[in-house]
Amino acid sequence: MTDKTPDGRRAANAPETFLLRTATTSKGERAAGFWARLGAAFAMFRNGKSITGLVILAFFVLVAIFADVISPYSPTKINPTERLKPPSPEHWLGTTHIGEDVLSQVIHGTRGVIVVGFLAAAIATVIAITVGVIAGYLTGWKSEALSALTNVFLVIPGIPLIIVVASIFEDPPLWAIAAVLGLIGWAWGARVLRAQTMSLRNRDFVLAARANGEPLRRIILVEMLPNLLALIAASFVGTVTAAILGLTTLAYIGVIPVTAYNWGTILNWASAQGAFQQNQWWWYLPPGLCIALIGVALSLVNFGIDEYVNPRLRSAGERARAMRKKGLDINDAVTAVRTDIATPTDSAATGEKATA
Amino acid sequence: MTAIQPPLTEPEVDALEVGTTATKASKGRSRIPWRFLGGRAAFYLFTLWAAITINFFLPRLMKGDAVSAYLARNRNVTPEAAESLRALLGLDTDKSLLQQYIDYWSHLLRGDLGVSLLHGLRPVTEVVGQALPWTIGLVGFATIVAFTIGTVGGAIIGWRRGSKLDVFIPITTFLNTIPYFWLGMLAIAAFAVNLRWFPIGKAYGVGVKPEWSFEFIGQVIHHGTLPVLTIVVASLGGWMLGMRNMMLTVLDEDYITVAQAKGMPNRRVLWGYAARNAVLPQIQSFALSLGFVVGGTIVMEMVFSYPGIGKLLLDATNAKDYALMQGVFLVITISVLIANVLADIAYAFLDPRTRQTEA
Repeated sequence: MTDKTPDGRRAANAPETFLLRTATTSKGERAAGFWARLGAAFAMFRNGKSITGLVILAFFVLVAIFADVISPYSPTKINPTERLKPPSPEHWLGTTHIGEDVLSQVIHGTRGVIVVGFLAAAIATVIAITVGVIAGYLTGWKSEALSALTNVFLVIPGIPLIIVVASIFEDPPLWAIAAVLGLIGWAWGARVLRAQTMSLRNRDFVLAARANGEPLRRIILVEMLPNLLALIAASFVGTVTAAILGLTTLAYIGVIPVTAYNWGTILNWASAQGAFQQNQWWWYLPPGLCIALIGVALSLVNFGIDEYVNPRLRSAGERARAMRKKGLDINDAVTAVRTDIATPTDSAATGEKATA
Repeated sequence: MTAIQPPLTEPEVDALEVGTTATKASKGRSRIPWRFLGGRAAFYLFTLWAAITINFFLPRLMKGDAVSAYLARNRNVTPEAAESLRALLGLDTDKSLLQQYIDYWSHLLRGDLGVSLLHGLRPVTEVVGQALPWTIGLVGFATIVAFTIGTVGGAIIGWRRGSKLDVFIPITTFLNTIPYFWLGMLAIAAFAVNLRWFPIGKAYGVGVKPEWSFEFIGQVIHHGTLPVLTIVVASLGGWMLGMRNMMLTVLDEDYITVAQAKGMPNRRVLWGYAARNAVLPQIQSFALSLGFVVGGTIVMEMVFSYPGIGKLLLDATNAKDYALMQGVFLVITISVLIANVLADIAYAFLDPRTRQTEA
């Protein structure tokens, strides 16, 4: 977490000299400042792991948008002459038991997964920010009540509840599934945000803003939110993963009707038609691998954010590697200093390791 | 400068009696933190009430009722019989919602969860009680195995940071992100269908009677191996990553440096100092995951057609057997709550700071 206040901004009742200084900044500089600040807001994504994850994610989003253009066939086009064919130049990923093209189904299935994943995560994140930040900023019974609400949602088991709720609908539309997944998945993020807001509440810059008489809305939106961005991003990414796994699992179980195409539905059909028993790998491998790939991409993004929030996670490994290059072991930090002074370096170091 | 100095009053307290902050802490340990316990108890009662209320309203929101679904399956039921079935299941709608709610509570407090249409009108408690041991036994065992391997492995990976062992983190994370049902189906395809090492599903073979014999226990182990292995493989990553990240944070603490400076053997610094402190959050999430043992494995039980709680819930949902659905959901929620209580107790016991700050 960055502790610094967003600088270069004038408080409501700041002294006159402040105003003079800000008046000299030209328009161009101000624009650059805006972009720099925007860049700083997304600093948690500026590392190799996050960028790799985001690129994979962007690929799936593009596939979802242009599904109609890039899929070679219609996902539901039945072709009785081409049943259960292994991959061929006409059908890159083979065909199903009624001759549907698996590749087209996977491409079209991306849409449901992406839409539900992001919509559910957006709903969950909005609730998590609202409840978490307010519960963290307030004190007394209001904060306790919001915290109790969060804990109730944390404790109530999600998947069984979704199964029960989904059976209410005869034919649940995508947005309803996303809404239910979002309503169940916000509690964890709210809990983390509440804890962080409680620790921010008593930092100097927030106390200063309050002393200046800034309204609550401004304190939360302008002073606190930028410092919570990394946590918000992490909880968003976590919820996307959970929602995608939830959606595909529900589709596989058959709780969600098979008309809404997604990767779980394909696996449901494959499993029902015995593809796993008859080794029709082209049918059941691609959808599962796609879910795994999108899951890996999302965890990569989260690893990047984790390392930004807690730099020790990255630096610990790097420091250990740097020391090993010098022939030292990080766990023998104290003896290592001693062996540098003593002349019989190797025997001392190995002796130390043997006792360890 | 003032001429008259105020006389220095000697405080009339015994220094030994007052003691230092350390004596205060050791004294405080024996005191029972009533405020903390009271707050937690209130929270659990509130959650339990919320869960039971949700449980009451869910079936009433649904389209189609159990009796209609039952009639669709069994043609030769007279309308009178259908009406009495409705009355038996508490589905007659001439009572007000409040009255139904009160009735629901009074039945619940008497331990009466109704009867299951799907299982020939047997009491729900009996049906659930039959499925519960299978789920708890199999998934509980798998959770303990995954927790142990993951935590010990995570501690070692964190200790040997920057070494080749780091490669385990992306591998287990990958296994963690793939959907469980897919992993299970792949395992069945590879080890049960092609290699024929394990049976395809069920808890024991056809024609074997459940009894305490070596044959039956051998069957259960043979049938349970594949589900246990897949659960362990799928959940290992979370434990390992959590422990490793905590280790990296703890290893930077001053007391680790001090312990090493004192010349303690590495084994003792690793297990007695670093891992001991890093394991605290792990133990809390372990207790929480014990709660999800009962409800979190619906998919496993479906893939391996294992006769546990999750399969019961799925079958009940498909047949719209509300009494059974409510019963299963209640059992799942209560087990999560019990696990939370255990987590709280374990945490308060292991880490005195929680007793002081959270109260």
